[in-house]
Amino acid sequence: MAREPHDYDDIPGTFVFDQERSREGYGINMFCMSLMKDANRRAFKANEAEYLKKFNLTPAQTEAILKRDYNRMLELGGNIYFTAKLGATDGHSFQHLAAVMTGSSQEDYAKMMLGGGRSVEGARSKSGKVAAAAKSASGKPTAAKPKAKTRSKARSQRG
Amino acid sequence: MARIIAGVSSSHVPAIGAAIDNHRTEEPYWKRVFSGFEKSKEWMAKTNPDVCIAVYNDHASAFSVEIVPTFALGCAAEFPPADEGWGPRPVPVVKGHPELAAHIAQSVILDEFDLTVVNKMEVDHGLTVPLNLMFGSPKEWPCPVIPLAVNVVLYPPPTGHRCFMLGRAIRKAVESYPEDLRVVVFGTGGMSHQISGPRAGLINSKFDKAFLDNLTKDPQKLVRMPHLEYMREAGAEGIEMVMWLVMRGALDDHVKEFYRFYTVPASNTAVGHIILENAPKPVQRRPVSAKHRPAPKARAKATTRRAAARAKAETIRG
Repeated sequence: MAREPHDYDDIPGTFVFDQERSREGYGINMFCMSLMKDANRRAFKANEAEYLKKFNLTPAQTEAILKRDYNRMLELGGNIYFTAKLGATDGHSFQHLAAVMTGSSQEDYAKMMLGGGRSVEGARSKSGKVAAAAKSASGKPTAAKPKAKTRSKARSQRG
Repeated sequence: MARIIAGVSSSHVPAIGAAIDNHRTEEPYWKRVFSGFEKSKEWMAKTNPDVCIAVYNDHASAFSVEIVPTFALGCAAEFPPADEGWGPRPVPVVKGHPELAAHIAQSVILDEFDLTVVNKMEVDHGLTVPLNLMFGSPKEWPCPVIPLAVNVVLYPPPTGHRCFMLGRAIRKAVESYPEDLRVVVFGTGGMSHQISGPRAGLINSKFDKAFLDNLTKDPQKLVRMPHLEYMREAGAEGIEMVMWLVMRGALDDHVKEFYRFYTVPASNTAVGHIILENAPKPVQRRPVSAKHRPAPKARAKATTRRAAARAKAETIRG
């Protein structure tokens, strides 16, 4: 059965961990949870493919884990707080995972964060429908902004 | 009577905990974050609450995907720090307040909040980092803390409205507790951040600042905000901010903003923090709901009648 469409599917670069993904990804998340125990970490490291057989994973899920394809894991029902445990088992910092998921180097990712993070401008909507209509938490439509700009522009032209 | 005197909200970024545990708080990057909480620690020491109720979320520590309670109230006597993969944080065991917690459970469930009672639970950075930020790193936490774990990991979390109303119900419960306790409620998590997927690293300071403004002045605006807007504007994990509304709901409609602090980033997250105070209220001897409260005139009469009855009783006893 195909995934039911949801309003949040329109958010770019985001896999919302919803009920459907949770159901689908139960095995991924339980596998990641098992890595909280040292004996399990060692067993996994000794033979990854063999260890994964215990968790009722689909071939696609198994492949995503073995390849450390973190975005694919999220897409197939993994949750970031769980998959981060796999990253930690590999000895990676969280920032490393974030960089991998965003397709940038860790250095570039760190720089972006220090510079104030990823801007929401242009990152609100896949369809582009929401960019202008988005309301801020203040409840004021952001569409009011260009108006003000035009006015100040007009003023400066006059001046 | 117990009463809620103030609310505190703060991000609970795990890296803040790691910076404390690894003695890195003096590094410039971290000093920028911790210096924002100096005034808060002073306030907390001065306020010296008898109990705190801490609204937070677990991050695959106490709850895996096996059991996902929407609201879970910690009713145990103590809550050990969880092992989040690097050994438990070297922080004191969180001591609960089982009597007040039981009273809250009894009250809010009858108020139609079907929360889960938890008598055994480990607590992760979601709870212990805000405690550090407000209390520093003492040998023992200075007061009992009742954890209230909210699911914000598995979509959908409770709505902002539901969170706010739970706060209301908690206030009612606290105010009907017979012991004179001064209670501070913590809302934790946020502010804007996304740590998953190709959009990871998202920060929206404009959203965060408006959220802080409205939290103080116009929480009703926030109460109706749909989940989609949190996730779109403040990042997939920014939805944690609904937990701040439990705190806000537990306070009076009108509050005084004592302090706020905001900085970007701590690790992948915008750090936001606010302290809201209720106006001091005269201690009520008996909780009287507004509906049943007699008009001022009638109240004066009742007082006279009670005084007369007391005098009579004393005469008889004497």
